[in-house]
Amino acid sequence: MTQALALPTRKSEDFRYSDIDALAQVWPVPSEDICLRDGEEGSLVVVELGAGPVARRISVTLGAGARFDLRILHGSATFGRIEVSCLLADKADFTLGAAQLGSGTATVEIVSTVTHQGQNATSRQIVRSVLVGHATGSCLGKVAVAKGAVGTDAEQSVRAMLLDRTATANAKPELEIYADDVKCAHGCAVGELDAMGLFYLQSRGLTPPQAKALMLQAFLAEAFAGAEEEERLQALALERLGAML
Amino acid sequence: MLTIENLHATVAEKPILKGLSLTINAGEVHAIMGPNGAGKSTLGYVLGGRPGYEATEGRVTFAGHDLLAMEPHERAAAGLFLGFQYPVEIPGVSNVQFLREALNAQRKARGEEPLSGGAFLKLAKEQAGLLRMDMDMLKRPVNVGFSGGEKKRAEMVQMGILDPQLAILDETDSGLDIDALRICGEGINAIMRRPDKAVLLITHYQRLLDYVKPDFVHVLAGGRIVKTGGPDLALELEERGYEAVAA
Repeated sequence: MTQALALPTRKSEDFRYSDIDALAQVWPVPSEDICLRDGEEGSLVVVELGAGPVARRISVTLGAGARFDLRILHGSATFGRIEVSCLLADKADFTLGAAQLGSGTATVEIVSTVTHQGQNATSRQIVRSVLVGHATGSCLGKVAVAKGAVGTDAEQSVRAMLLDRTATANAKPELEIYADDVKCAHGCAVGELDAMGLFYLQSRGLTPPQAKALMLQAFLAEAFAGAEEEERLQALALERLGAML
Repeated sequence: MLTIENLHATVAEKPILKGLSLTINAGEVHAIMGPNGAGKSTLGYVLGGRPGYEATEGRVTFAGHDLLAMEPHERAAAGLFLGFQYPVEIPGVSNVQFLREALNAQRKARGEEPLSGGAFLKLAKEQAGLLRMDMDMLKRPVNVGFSGGEKKRAEMVQMGILDPQLAILDETDSGLDIDALRICGEGINAIMRRPDKAVLLITHYQRLLDYVKPDFVHVLAGGRIVKTGGPDLALELEERGYEAVAA
């Protein structure tokens, strides 16, 4: 227990890109445990757009056939860290859709571990980051497939958009597979907004910030697609983007 | 409406336009024809304000504005429309949302009230109908999954909605089959053939000019206009080729 409460250092892989000084202000981070029994369904929307620093640790355990939908929109002005872990039993289903927005000198990060413990469980993780100024955005995502968890279908898509050359994106998708007959897809990309697309939108009358916001809204939309509160999350993200650009 | 005087422009420091002059008055349709690499698309992009297409010398005046000093969105709000040879795909952004935001951004810049959702949809439906485009297409992401012909028709619908003073249409006829060519040609006439509007058609071929009759035809070669004539010049070019006519 004492060990869990000790402030980590950047030597620890999960905190490699973190802002330890900011983390110290909110340490220790309490665990928010969510347990769904067999066949239950649940969802959670996390919005953290305050001044920060903020750190949250969300731990989800899913019984056989249970389904959980977690959506995250975060972009603390200083430091924001969201840790997500999910343990899936047979035929459980987990969705993580997250967007993180970083500006100024903020550090924003999402660290996830999705463990397929049972057979034929499915998981999708979609993380989109938009970073401006000197912000750092990281996504460390792990999918672990336990021994015997055959029929696992796991998907992970991590993308970051850098609007300034001074911003930083770190992405570390990780797979740990101890079973045969599993499907684990993962993709990761870091890029800039398409210059021709921006010119096209501006040539129709959109100001540069409007053109950027429109393209970024589309970029972030994937993280919220299918969520119960899709429209609210979109609107909040757009409002925040407007302030960033 | 548009006066281009001695325009020189470079792309990646390579000179492309080398002293181009052209005057377009309201009510006129001009066609610029020329061989590959003559600088036709560069002219469109320089007038539209594409980054990287730099005017190094000369002046361009549009409706009383110093065009080259304006940002692309300011040019649009002033009434300039650039039809792209290769319309850009914008995944995740619907045509309807994009065009409503664009139109209202232009209206705001001109000090006009924004158009309501209902009024916009009515306008969009009218213009889509003119180009025989299904409204469902306009609900889809901008140009994504559109065929070459659909992209060009969508450009014309955009033009109809945005209602510009001057349209510069860069190879609108490329990638069009015969029927689509006629529909686009009729669309251009319906939207732009007015006493207070003007069109600059950039094209390789005579065929679009069968539908949109130009008042003037210019031959662009080596970054300059080397010959100007009436509609017959396009026919002569088609028959004898650029080299013979422009020599």
